Amino acid sequence: MAKEEHRIVKGQVTVPYELALGRTWSAFYDFLKDERIMGKKCGKCSRVLVPPRSFCPRCYVDMDEWVEVSQEGVLETWVYVNMPFFAQEIRIPFISAQIRLDGSDSGFIHQVAGIDLNDFDRVRETVKLGGRVRAVWNPEKRGNILDIAYFEPVD
Amino acid sequence: MQRVAITHVAQSSGAESRESLMDFTYRVNREVLDKAGLQREDVGCIIAGSADIFHSGLSCANAFDWDGIGAFLKEGSRAEESAFSFIYGCMRILSGRYDTVLVTALVKGSENPDNDPITSFYGDPFYLRPTGINESVVAAMQMRQYMERYSVTEEQCAQVAVKNLGNALFNPCADRKRRVSIEDVMSSERIYDPLKALECAPKSDGVVAVLLASEKRAKKLTKKPVWLAGYGCSMDHFHPGDRDLLKGRLPEAAKRAYGMAGIAYPRKELDVAEVCEPYAFQELLWCEQLGFCGEGKGGKWIDSGASRMDGVLPVNPSGGVLATNPYPARGLYRIAEAALQIKGEAGEHQVGKTVRKALAHSTHGFGGQCQSVVILSA
Repeated sequence: MAKEEHRIVKGQVTVPYELALGRTWSAFYDFLKDERIMGKKCGKCSRVLVPPRSFCPRCYVDMDEWVEVSQEGVLETWVYVNMPFFAQEIRIPFISAQIRLDGSDSGFIHQVAGIDLNDFDRVRETVKLGGRVRAVWNPEKRGNILDIAYFEPVD
Repeated sequence: MQRVAITHVAQSSGAESRESLMDFTYRVNREVLDKAGLQREDVGCIIAGSADIFHSGLSCANAFDWDGIGAFLKEGSRAEESAFSFIYGCMRILSGRYDTVLVTALVKGSENPDNDPITSFYGDPFYLRPTGINESVVAAMQMRQYMERYSVTEEQCAQVAVKNLGNALFNPCADRKRRVSIEDVMSSERIYDPLKALECAPKSDGVVAVLLASEKRAKKLTKKPVWLAGYGCSMDHFHPGDRDLLKGRLPEAAKRAYGMAGIAYPRKELDVAEVCEPYAFQELLWCEQLGFCGEGKGGKWIDSGASRMDGVLPVNPSGGVLATNPYPARGLYRIAEAALQIKGEAGEHQVGKTVRKALAHSTHGFGGQCQSVVILSA
């Protein structure tokens, strides 16, 4: 009998997907091109959600009213990512954060940057829960989430 | 009302398997049937817990899974959350149509990409993925809020890894087993600060098979049937920003399960709990939300030793998900381990006291979006 060997087959495949943004997300990104952050307000619970949704996932009714929210907000939580992972194009280290923009009732997920991210001790001194941050715009607009380059801490 | 019992359990070794996924699945399912003295033909229905593409490299993976589970000519169904597979199996018995159902969950984590790239694909490609989100990132956001809001320390979170990896030393089916100190955990790489490497679950191979039977049949198949006493489930919104990450849906899931099982004081009435903690601090948060300790008291709870193997309510005597993380199968692993404790068949990691009521918990989605709780009784 042949000696047991651990035979494996290696594979890597690339398959194309096309995902529709729909009208609400498309409009949200069009507003970003004009450096405006827009949410939608629910007529039933009055919450303003950013990014906007076409329906309120809690009240389960259509959301029709567009509302512009502030480009500043409060840092609800953050993580210092120091681990590269496949398919992630942001270079490490980077900070993923959840930000409550003034005038909104949900957390907005984005990055915090504009400070020296390599000095971790400095980062811990500068980036605080409850601290204020402000959107910094990408000069080149592509109509996507990275039209906001990042959020920077406000003194 | 009809009752449902777990009669037998089998699980794979925990080590990386060199078998093909189909053979790996067959071995464990053959074992559970042998334990029950049944042939494939005797089983009424099959429910699988497995995942497509990202966790298997196969699409429509149930088509591939059926032969290994022995489903030829049978009714079958599948869920990607294996705690759901379990409850679907129970419902088949409760319907009165089947006397026996084989529920099995399977994955070879060693064969597919790391969890972080896979879980980044939970996110949409136009908002969450480009901003760097994956399951670990959201867990780290949740951990920072947890420590800040309740003054729980990093060391208290690290203690969960110390406890669970230590418990796993006594579980032959565990993947990662190590005697580690708080210092070891604290000095392991800060991959997603505040999360350290030893506080994040590994990626494991695992097959677990659970045989269910109606009351009448169960009493013929085993002297120690383990009864389904309660079940509850609750879902939160998809977007992490739409939720308070510290006020998730586990309390509702637990309330539903406790209500069905007639449990008023979970800490006193439960004898053991198997909790799904892919990140160390989550065990503390989930224990609070399951009512084992008060809100924000998770740090004191772990300090008290109550959740140790010899504590008043041992949590994860198996080593939990921090020790063994066969991703889609981990919910059914918790249920199987809880059943083994009630049967008194957990071997070296059998807790010291008599176990009459046990809780099993499972969760999936960013930051515990979806929560389920199962109560089993002797």
